[in-house]
Amino acid sequence: MILLLFLAATLRISVPYTLAALGASINERGGVVNIALEGMMLNGALAYVLGAHFTGNAWMGVAAALAAGIATGALHALVTVVARADQITSGLGINLLAAGLTKFVLTQVFHSSSNSSRVVGLPTWDLAGLVNLPGIGQVLATPLVMITVALVLGGQWLLFRSVFGLRLRSIGERPEAAATLGLSVSAYRIAGVLASGALAGLAGAWLASEQHSFTDGMTGGRGYIALAAMIVGKWSPFGAAAACLLFGAAEALQITLQGSRFPNELLQMMPYLVTMLALAGFIGRAVAPRAVGVPYDPEEQ
Amino acid sequence: MFDVGGRGDKSFNDAAYAGLERAQKELGITFTTLETGEGSDREAQMRQLAAGGSQLVFGVGFLFTDDIYGLAQEFPEVKFACVDYTLKEGQALPPNLVALEFKEQEGSFLVGALAALLTKTGKVGFVGGMEIPLIKKFEAGYRAGVKAANPKVELIVKYAGTTGTAFKDPTKGKELGLAEYNQGADIIFHASGSTGLGVFEAAREKGKLAIGVDSDQQAEAPGFILTSMVKRVETSVFDSIRELKEGRWQGGIREFGLKEDGVGWVYDDQNKALIPDGVKAKVDAFKAEIVAGRIVVPVQ
Repeated sequence: MILLLFLAATLRISVPYTLAALGASINERGGVVNIALEGMMLNGALAYVLGAHFTGNAWMGVAAALAAGIATGALHALVTVVARADQITSGLGINLLAAGLTKFVLTQVFHSSSNSSRVVGLPTWDLAGLVNLPGIGQVLATPLVMITVALVLGGQWLLFRSVFGLRLRSIGERPEAAATLGLSVSAYRIAGVLASGALAGLAGAWLASEQHSFTDGMTGGRGYIALAAMIVGKWSPFGAAAACLLFGAAEALQITLQGSRFPNELLQMMPYLVTMLALAGFIGRAVAPRAVGVPYDPEEQ
Repeated sequence: MFDVGGRGDKSFNDAAYAGLERAQKELGITFTTLETGEGSDREAQMRQLAAGGSQLVFGVGFLFTDDIYGLAQEFPEVKFACVDYTLKEGQALPPNLVALEFKEQEGSFLVGALAALLTKTGKVGFVGGMEIPLIKKFEAGYRAGVKAANPKVELIVKYAGTTGTAFKDPTKGKELGLAEYNQGADIIFHASGSTGLGVFEAAREKGKLAIGVDSDQQAEAPGFILTSMVKRVETSVFDSIRELKEGRWQGGIREFGLKEDGVGWVYDDQNKALIPDGVKAKVDAFKAEIVAGRIVVPVQ
């Protein structure tokens, strides 16, 4: 039972990391750095609450979160792909903007700088009595968990088995070569960033749905952890998902063991230690897509 | 006047603001407030208030400690007050600075005793925000209260983290709460800002009880909040202004404990069904002991 509860906690913690890391893998494979995950997620979380608050329907919240994530992605795409500005700067700007914007909307709509009022969360899907499994059933029966699994499988296929994925990856490695083949570098990059926005928005929806509310700054740096997971996972959906599960397990273990005989300071370090160790060697060399972070300007070629 | 985290936090800053409004009504003062963002502009904004002719400048929250200490020396003619000022060993406060301190350990002692008297599983929990001496004070008082009421009750303690984010991460709070409930606790006291909203969420999901902090938090999860350990920031702000008005303002450390009615616990129509009269009487007896100085509550 303890093990099942631990697994359940691991899954709950991993879901937002996985969604965001999956999106980041897709857009970085196309050559765009996305440190705006944090802002996309935060906007998604607030949008979920607004959608659920005004319609009373959790799925409308999810739709709003997707829309907010895509809109934030569009902004990032506009700045980095269309205007070819620095991708890191754009990401940072979006994170700051999201932090301010969400707080502003929160105070305007809910008259609180701290948290929104309570909204509906996503219902559980009772497939074949799944929900009745001890310890872990409740989590497995959560629709976003199932959707996340499906998206990771779909993402892996998309990147490595589909024509779109092959072209996107070629653009992330040698955009000038892809362009001579007649591919639109911009179109593929924009598509990648929008997909990433949608997935990060969904991650935000998970956070807000689990809490039944939005809290100022509730993403708490999860976007950056997702980015680390993407690197540890070598820019592949399966790898990123595995890394997210590893990070989630480290965090769940830390939470479970706290208050026992283990020194707390050591436990607090654990998730970071796992990240460092994973980065430092267990997974071998992580090589970024060659053109990542470099704006593509056809006239310079 | 000044605050961090912002108005509308339903806690600390709103309480400070209520103190200001009361002073405006009863004492006829005027005030301005500024909100800080993260970090660096805090000092600049506070300097603006000090230089702008304010007689008394408040910093609401321990984050203001260093800035307010520096500015108090720079502007000796302006008076400063800081809620939850972090005292450093060997540091003397300038005469124009008052540190408004709360004996959180005393209020925490009472809710600890209450939890120990009401637990059915023999286990109670504590969720802290950032692991710092201020929050350790809550833990220490709570622990002492639990042990005083029933030494057999076990206490599970977990913290959200070691950075400021630990005070605003309800997702983490929910996991911590779920973990403690799963480990057998049936009542959890949180001292973790909005991280605690996640603890309330865990209480709802598990059908267990939680204890709020700073202000009365019953409205956040009606039926699942046993009580709240309240810090009357409003009182401290109002008193400070009144003293200035009456010309008996003094710098130094001002402590607000159970005796001064600066801390306490909520017992009203909403939660009294959860608390039998006999239990209430026992907690009140502990309070009397602390006020009389017969019980000294540890701070760490």
